[in-house]
Amino acid sequence: MKKIIMTTLLLSSLAQAETVFVTLEKDNALAVVDPVEGKLIKTVNIGQRPRGIALSRDQKHLYIATSDDDTIKIVDANTLSVVGQLPSGEDPETFALNPLGDTLYVSNEDDNLVTVINIPKALALKKIPVGVEPEGIAVSPDNKWLISASETTNMIHWIDTESLTNIHNTLVDPRPRAANFTSDSQQLWVTSEIAGTLMILDSNTKDIIKNIPLEISGVSKDKIQPVGVVIDKARRWGYVAMGPANRVAVINAQTFEVEKYLLVGERVWNLAFSPDQKRLYTTNGRSSDISIIDLEKHKVVKSVKVGRFPWGVAVKP
Amino acid sequence: MNILHYWRAMWGIIGRELLRYLKQRERFISALVRPLIWLFVFAAGFRAALGIAIAPPYETYILYEVYITPGLAGMIQLFNGMQSSLSMVYDREMGSMRILLVSPLPRWFLLISKLLAGVAVSIFQVAVFLAIAWFYEIQATWYGYLWVIPALVLSGLMLGALGLLLSSFIKQLENFAGVMNFVIFPMFFMSSALYPLWKLKESSELLHTLARYNPFSQAVELIRFALYEQFNQEAFIFTLISFLVFILLAIIGYNPSKGMMKRKGRV
Repeated sequence: MKKIIMTTLLLSSLAQAETVFVTLEKDNALAVVDPVEGKLIKTVNIGQRPRGIALSRDQKHLYIATSDDDTIKIVDANTLSVVGQLPSGEDPETFALNPLGDTLYVSNEDDNLVTVINIPKALALKKIPVGVEPEGIAVSPDNKWLISASETTNMIHWIDTESLTNIHNTLVDPRPRAANFTSDSQQLWVTSEIAGTLMILDSNTKDIIKNIPLEISGVSKDKIQPVGVVIDKARRWGYVAMGPANRVAVINAQTFEVEKYLLVGERVWNLAFSPDQKRLYTTNGRSSDISIIDLEKHKVVKSVKVGRFPWGVAVKP
Repeated sequence: MNILHYWRAMWGIIGRELLRYLKQRERFISALVRPLIWLFVFAAGFRAALGIAIAPPYETYILYEVYITPGLAGMIQLFNGMQSSLSMVYDREMGSMRILLVSPLPRWFLLISKLLAGVAVSIFQVAVFLAIAWFYEIQATWYGYLWVIPALVLSGLMLGALGLLLSSFIKQLENFAGVMNFVIFPMFFMSSALYPLWKLKESSELLHTLARYNPFSQAVELIRFALYEQFNQEAFIFTLISFLVFILLAIIGYNPSKGMMKRKGRV
């Protein structure tokens, strides 16, 4: 009886199953995973040192930063063949897509710049000077703000998306690594790799309204290096990938309390939701796998081997 | 002699054992404290040292306390099996065994009843232990808790039969310390209860082989897989065969004309 129920559930979920794409930094490849079966479907060569990845708004293309090729490749999400390139500038790693899906903002870490790319024209429109070593980058869902986090200057730069000029700088904890807006654009969540903290910034005042220290008993402080951060649409929960602490912190987005830490693979860096936000996928660089977290139970259900140094993750419905 | 006699005798023995267990509050507490100390103290110390690779039945990374919980359930049954054998020696010394063995029912039936009584006590202990572990966020699914019952019955029978076999060799209560040193400790430490077999293989091939074919390891794996709703066929067959061998030898051991009783010349 149980088997029949399980099979029915599996088949119904397969019908609406998403595909998970993972960039493999060391294998120069893209891994394709079926998260329902929990299986690696295939791996395709994609270019030198692929890291940042995003799905186009029409879900037809993947944008993949192949850092050592100094470009962002446009990949057909169905055939996985490269159909174009974007002029990203040198050594692209992280980038953000605007809500309209026509502009890409790329962090150029070595040049202390943010490159603005018009996707339909495949044209670099502007290079915006920012602090030293820009890494984390995000666009607010209301398309008003582009923020860039510079790791060495320890600043969040608030760039107006209309004028493409830096309006305001917020000094944050050392080595701000990643940042993400809440769905209502009211808050910006920023992780500090060295301080081991998560900061919540108010988008209006641009000040830090809450600084949350991330601590795990039994794990030494130097291993707590928060990186990727995501917040669900309902702003109920936020999740922080904690690097070599091998955990994902679950944060109550209303009270800002850390509810629990979930054990995942080694050196967890980036996170992505499933389209229905019932699952979270984590890339675990050192253990060469991704972990699948059930967000209704807040439990890690499976870890799937994908290849060497999984870095970025994108999910296609 | 009809089936009712058998039934009544069996429940008499099981009931006596359960009642005795519940009345001995210290025994109840000590049976729980032992695995809980392992869980809260020992496992806490090793939390960061293990939990690196994924091995079946686990599908993702686990904390050390999650790993050793099935092993500690096995430990409860191991100690309980030995405790039952201790009570057999005690009963023999105190004379209550004589009353039991002079009953018209066959000796093998009485031994099996005694064994089942021990298993019932051990399952009760494991249930309480797993309930406490649940609050410590070491949780299985409800199906897992259901599947683990038959696994616990078989592992409990096997370890209880081993205890019975040993008790047939022990002449006096004082000799039980030897059982502790030569049976419980080697069986427990040389098993997959505390560390995964692949981890043992890294340090010694011999230790790995000994641990793999240790009946206690197989019982622990049977419990571990059942808790995750999986059936470990190898562990099942190995535990079943171990049980049959131990119980057969115990029955022979308790036969006054053939086994150890003859040598001892007393019951």
